[in-house]
Formats: sequence, C-alpha cells, structure tokens
Amino acid sequence: MSDMQDMEKTESEEQIARIAAEMRLANDGLSDQDKAYFCDARPQAVEPYRGIMEKFANWARSQSLWILGFGTGCGAIELRPLMTSRFDMYRYGIQPRPTPRQSSVFVIGGYASVKTVKRIVRSYEQMQGPKFVLGLGSCTVNGGMYWDSYNTINRIDYYIPVDVYITGCMPRPEALLAGFNRLKQMIREGRCEGMNTYAENFDWYKANQKQIIKDWNMPDYNW
Amino acid sequence: MNSISAAASAGTGSGSGTGTETGTGTGLSGERFPVRERFPVWKDKFSLVSSMIQRQDLAFVQVPMQTTVAFITHLRDLEGYAHLVFFTAIDYIEDGIFRLTYMLHNYRRHHDLGVQVDIPREDAGMESIHHLWPHGATYQRELKEMYGIDFPGSPGVDESFVLEGWHDIPPMRREFDTKEYSEKTYYPRPGRVTYDPTEYMKEKLYPSEAETW
Amino acid sequence: MVDVKQNSQRSKFPPVDAVTGKSRYNLLSGKYLKIWQGPQHPGITGNMSLELTVCGDEVIECKTHVGYLHRGFEKLMERRKYIQCFPLVCRICVPEPDFNEYLFAAGAEELAGIEVPEKALWYRTLTLEMARLASFLMWIGGQAGAFGMATIGQWTVTMRDYVLDLFEELSGGRIYHMYIIPGGVRSDLPAGYARRVEDTLVMIEKVLKDIDLAMMHNAVFKKRAVGLGVITPGMVDEYGITGPNARGSGIRRDIRKDLPYLVYDQLDFDIITEEGGDAYARTRVRMRETAQSIDLIRQMLRKMPAEGPFFRKLPNVLHWKVPTGQTYVQAECTRGEYGFFMVSDGTELPRRIYVRGPSYTHAVTLMERLAVHVNIADTAGLMVSLHTYPPEIER
Repeated sequence: MSDMQDMEKTESEEQIARIAAEMRLANDGLSDQDKAYFCDARPQAVEPYRGIMEKFANWARSQSLWILGFGTGCGAIELRPLMTSRFDMYRYGIQPRPTPRQSSVFVIGGYASVKTVKRIVRSYEQMQGPKFVLGLGSCTVNGGMYWDSYNTINRIDYYIPVDVYITGCMPRPEALLAGFNRLKQMIREGRCEGMNTYAENFDWYKANQKQIIKDWNMPDYNW
Repeated sequence: MNSISAAASAGTGSGSGTGTETGTGTGLSGERFPVRERFPVWKDKFSLVSSMIQRQDLAFVQVPMQTTVAFITHLRDLEGYAHLVFFTAIDYIEDGIFRLTYMLHNYRRHHDLGVQVDIPREDAGMESIHHLWPHGATYQRELKEMYGIDFPGSPGVDESFVLEGWHDIPPMRREFDTKEYSEKTYYPRPGRVTYDPTEYMKEKLYPSEAETW
Repeated sequence: MVDVKQNSQRSKFPPVDAVTGKSRYNLLSGKYLKIWQGPQHPGITGNMSLELTVCGDEVIECKTHVGYLHRGFEKLMERRKYIQCFPLVCRICVPEPDFNEYLFAAGAEELAGIEVPEKALWYRTLTLEMARLASFLMWIGGQAGAFGMATIGQWTVTMRDYVLDLFEELSGGRIYHMYIIPGGVRSDLPAGYARRVEDTLVMIEKVLKDIDLAMMHNAVFKKRAVGLGVITPGMVDEYGITGPNARGSGIRRDIRKDLPYLVYDQLDFDIITEEGGDAYARTRVRMRETAQSIDLIRQMLRKMPAEGPFFRKLPNVLHWKVPTGQTYVQAECTRGEYGFFMVSDGTELPRRIYVRGPSYTHAVTLMERLAVHVNIADTAGLMVSLHTYPPEIER
C-alpha cells in the first residue's frame, strides 16, 4: 500500500519536474558559470483585479507615467524640450527616471539599430510591470527613412509590444503630449496589456529577437 | 542650362593635373600654398603616380602602395601636414581595387592634401598608420569592419567597432545589397509603394515643370 | 580629489596595451571593478557607452563603445540619387542638421560646377549661425546638468526652442529643416523676420548673462571643471582635435577664418581662444562663442542684400548626372571640423560620400585618454565638455 503511494507520488513529482523543466528557459547564451547567477523562469501573464479595483488601479497608473531615460534614437531630442519649462510634461504626471526598475513607460526614440534592439529588449524586460511602450517617429512603424538600411529594424512591434505610435519625423512635442494623453486614456480603459501580450507570445518575440541579435550573450528573460 | 554645363566642363578632371578654380561660393581669396611646386620633389622621392589640384586649398595625389606610409610620415614630419582629417576607402568593384584616401591638413598653409593609394580588392590589406596618429587605429578598425581591409599590427583592429555580431560580408562593399538584406531580415511592413519619380512628377506634382525639362 | 587631478597630468601611459589593444588590468585580482556607463544612462551624451574600469572611485581605464545609432548613411546614399540624399543627410546630426545640408550642397555644387546666388550665401550663413546658437544653448544646459545644475538646462533648452520657432517659420521644420538645397535655399525670408530674430536674440542675451553669473562663477562648477580633462597644446595635432576643444587649449584654429567659406570673410569676428585646456576653459570658449554667434547673426541681418534671387534653377534633379570628380568640403560646426568627402563617377548616384564628424576622434581616442584618473562622477561632465555627438561617429 505504502509502496503504491510512493510510486504514484514519484510519478507525479516527475511529471511536475518535467513540466517545470519545459517551462524553464534554456539561457543558452550564457556560460555554465553564469547560468547559476541568472533566473530561468518564464514571464507570466498577470490577472487583472476584480471590478472597481482594476479601474481604480488603472486610473492611478495613468496618472503617474515615469519614462525610462534611455534615448534610443534621434527622437530623444524632442524629449528635452518636453521635459523643460516650455512644454513641461511634469504637469501631466510624466517624468523621466534613470533606471528601468523605476519606470513604467519606454519611449522608443525613433529608429533602432540591431545593437540598440538588444539593449531595448534588456531594458524593457527589466522594467517592472505594468509597463507601456510608446513608439516615437515613423522609423518605429515601418523603418521610415531607413527602411532599406542593413542595420535598422523596420517594425519595433516584432520585438516588443507597442501600445501607441506617434508618427512623424520628428514628431513635435505637442504630438508627443497628444500621444501621452492617448496612452493615458487607453490605460484607463484597460487596453494597454502589452506586458501580458509579451508573456503570452514570449516564444514568438524571443525567436524574432534572436533572429537578428546574433551573439545572444544574456539570459533569455532579464528579470 | 548652358551656363551650368559650361561650368561643369570647367569643373573637374580626374588626374589631369590642371589647376582649376571652381567658383562655388567658397569665397577664397588671397594667395595660397603653391602645392604644384612640390609635386616634382614628391615624384622623385616617393614616385607619385598622379596628382590633381581640385581647389586652391585642396589637392589629391596618388602614390604606390609601397611608399605610402613613408610619404605620409614625410608629410607629417617635414611638410607640416600634421592633422589627419580622415582616412577612408572607396570601393571600385569594376576595377577590382579599393582606393584608400588619407586626408591631411596643413595648418600653417591652410591646405588639404588627399593622399590616395589603390590596393587590390582580393585579400585587401595595408600598412598601418596607428603609430603616426592614435586615432588612425580607430579609422582602421572601422575599415576592417566595413570593407574587410586588414591592417596588421593596428591595436584592436579585429574588434567590432560599429556592428555587433555581424556575419555577412562587410556591409560597405559594393556587392552587398542593403535593400535585399533589409527585406530578408527585418519584416518590412506591407503597404510601402514605390513610384517612378519621373512619371509621378509628371502626373501629380508639377506637370508644367516636367514638360520644360 | 586634488591628487587624482595631478595624476591625470602625470600619467603618460595609454590605458590599453599599445601592441595588443588588450587591457592592462586583471579584473580577477579583486582590486578593480568594471562599470558600464551607458547606453542606458542619463549622464551619457546621445546613445553610446563607456566601459570603465575603476579602482575605488577613480577611473583607470576607459573604452568607448559606439554603433548604437549606426544607420549606414554612407551605404544608403550610394543607392539614392543626389536629390534623394537630401532628406537623409540632415538626419546625421540632430542638434544642428544645417551643417550637413550645407556641406552636401556645397560638395554637389562644386562637383557639378553650379554657382550659387549671392543672397543664398547670406541665407545659408544665417541658418548655419542660428543652428550654432541653438546647438550651443543645448550644450550649455547639458554641461550644467552634468555637474548637477539642472536649472540652467531648463533655461537654455527653452531658449533653444525659441530659435527652433524661428527655423519653423523659415522652413516649416523644427528639427530637420532641409532649407539649404543645391543651387541655393528653399525660400525667401518671411516678412518681418529680422525683427523677430532680433527679439529672440535679446531674450537669449539676457539669459546668457544669468548663466554667466549662475554657472561660470559658481564655486561647485569651478571646483569640478577646473583641471578636468586637460588637453595640452601638444595633444591637438596628435589626436586631430578641432573646434572649441582645440581653442580651449589656446590654439588659434577656426575654419571660418582659416578657409573662409560662404560669407564669413565679409563678417567681422575674431577667433576665440582660452588658456588652460580643461573643461572650464572649453566651457568659457563655448559661452563666448554663443555670444559671438549672436553678434554674427546681427551683422548678417544688417549687411544682407535685400534684392536678388535666392535660388538658381537646377537641371532636372531626377536625372542629374554629376560629372566625375572628388572633393572635400569642410565647415566649422559647434564641435569642430565637419566635412564631406564626395566622390562622383559621372552617374546619377554618388559613388562614395564620407562624413567626417569631429566627434570621431573626440569621443573615441581622446575620451579614452582623458578619462584615465578622473573621478567617476566627473566622467559625464568630461564627456559633455568634449561636446561629443554619437551619430556622427558611426553615421
């Protein structure tokens, strides 16, 4: 009797262990020594709160958007006037932060070269949820001016989920403010689920990223 | 139209050695360094292949591969061309050569001199100039990456400079097709339409202008 | 801190081994630590990174990594016609795109032998000086911000915005103007433009006075900037240093004077130099050049010819074959010598265009040399004081 139970228990344990191993990320880019330092768990989709709680949380999220201070392209030059006294984005509760851990909005400043995409992915994954992405400029939509360049990507939404695009080259600060207000509205309506999209389609995003980033020497998900 | 073509014919002739002044509004005045007088000297010492005076303050000379670095060292130390403005290559795929261009500037004479040297495209390699200027090593690192021209002995020449994890042929070579590579790799968004500019201009934008040309 | 600065003058060793290019320092010894500053770092100019090896809080080795903004302009231009290159070139440098436009136009005109009307030369010079003013204003804010004075950045970026408004009125674009095209400029000055420029200049002059008091005489700023990143006059030729970085070391070099282009030979100005060669001297050079730029704009508005064409009609630009030839044109931008090396092979497409940006040497070789024995908190300030701008390094 007790043997039977033990058998069943080990079987189910094995099953769990097998499923857990499948859920684990391979982290093939790291050396064996480094693998011990990095987490290999997959990102999980987050369930929303129930009813009014989620609405309240969304309202609160929309009122304090903190930008990651990473000027990935030339679009970053219009963030300077936006931060300073003339356009003053602080009045909308938007402010730049120096580290991904503190920020909730990632502004992709225009074109992204392959070398930058690697850093974009890393910074995006390090950001704490809920997180939103704002694609700035035509280059993020379809490559813009550099559609035939060998070093800039054409569509940023193949590598990270994007919530709002602001078109133009360069978009004016007013357009940026309009984009931020649109993002706020979408957050309040609960439509900015980019983080969950990323977790659900994680393998697809990762395959796209690994196709262009040839020397992948970081963990598969940067917790 | 007539005046433009006349001016164009007076403009430039490659390797002809004739000095021409192109009135492009650079506003040059006063006498300049008579670089023409130096050509025979350089020809004796470093066997110049050809020379060309593009402007009062700009000339190009071509030297064989063997004497290039000696010539540049001579220019830097004895003739006052102490400032390396840039160092780059031009790909002449049809002739099978890379034309390296060292642009030197003489602050005393306010004169630019482009020293050019042809090297074969196969197994392209050249003597290093990192001992003359520290930033020469940076230029050579870039040339190695972008054209595949080797500079043995230059510090860090094999490290990647701009690109990261590049596995294709060096991108600045003429045979590399950037559009094809981009379409193959980066998921172009459908909807981009290309018009023939001439036809489009005739039809849509300036019908009257298109007729006159 | 004083010791560190004395060290920097004493150190003669390059940070890396000259033969192998490898680091001299063994990280496994536990004495050193490697820190990446950038690309995701608010103290970095643009999108580039410094790989710093530190001992305590003193940098002992610095390696610059660029390429995050590489778009392959030179490759893209090889497959575009001359006129199609136009919207492309101004995007090489965001704070002052006009220098790219002017140099590309000047190179193409020289190769094709096109004369530009007198009035267009004045308009071009005016836009170049306005771009210089805007870029310097942004830089002053950056330099102050790197030393912890964010307020000055608020002032100057706003002032730059008023200059951008003038550009917008002139060309329709705030950042990218595409105003200078081959054959001249795109449009005439709007009515009453000179008066509005003058109003803006008065406003900027007032702020410059405040900045001079708040920044140049600030004890903290002086303490940190004086003696930081000293460029000796001997290093200028060795490293190919141009522009305000060279003039901060007392070297009288300015392409506007040495090889006068456009109408600079008709304007009354002097080459500004400072002694010292440190970050403070460079800041002073740039502050004074900002004032000089304002003066030059005033002179131009006064002397500018009122009548005449501002554009010369080109042949059909869609089939514009530029004759075979090669040329190098240069201009003095805010950071130093900016140049375009253009080679044409007689077809509609350029054979090769090489863009010579001054940051190429400043940010890579020079920065790697100067950052050694600098306090880690001063690295950002040192970097800004060289006025580096990554897109022109990797293009």
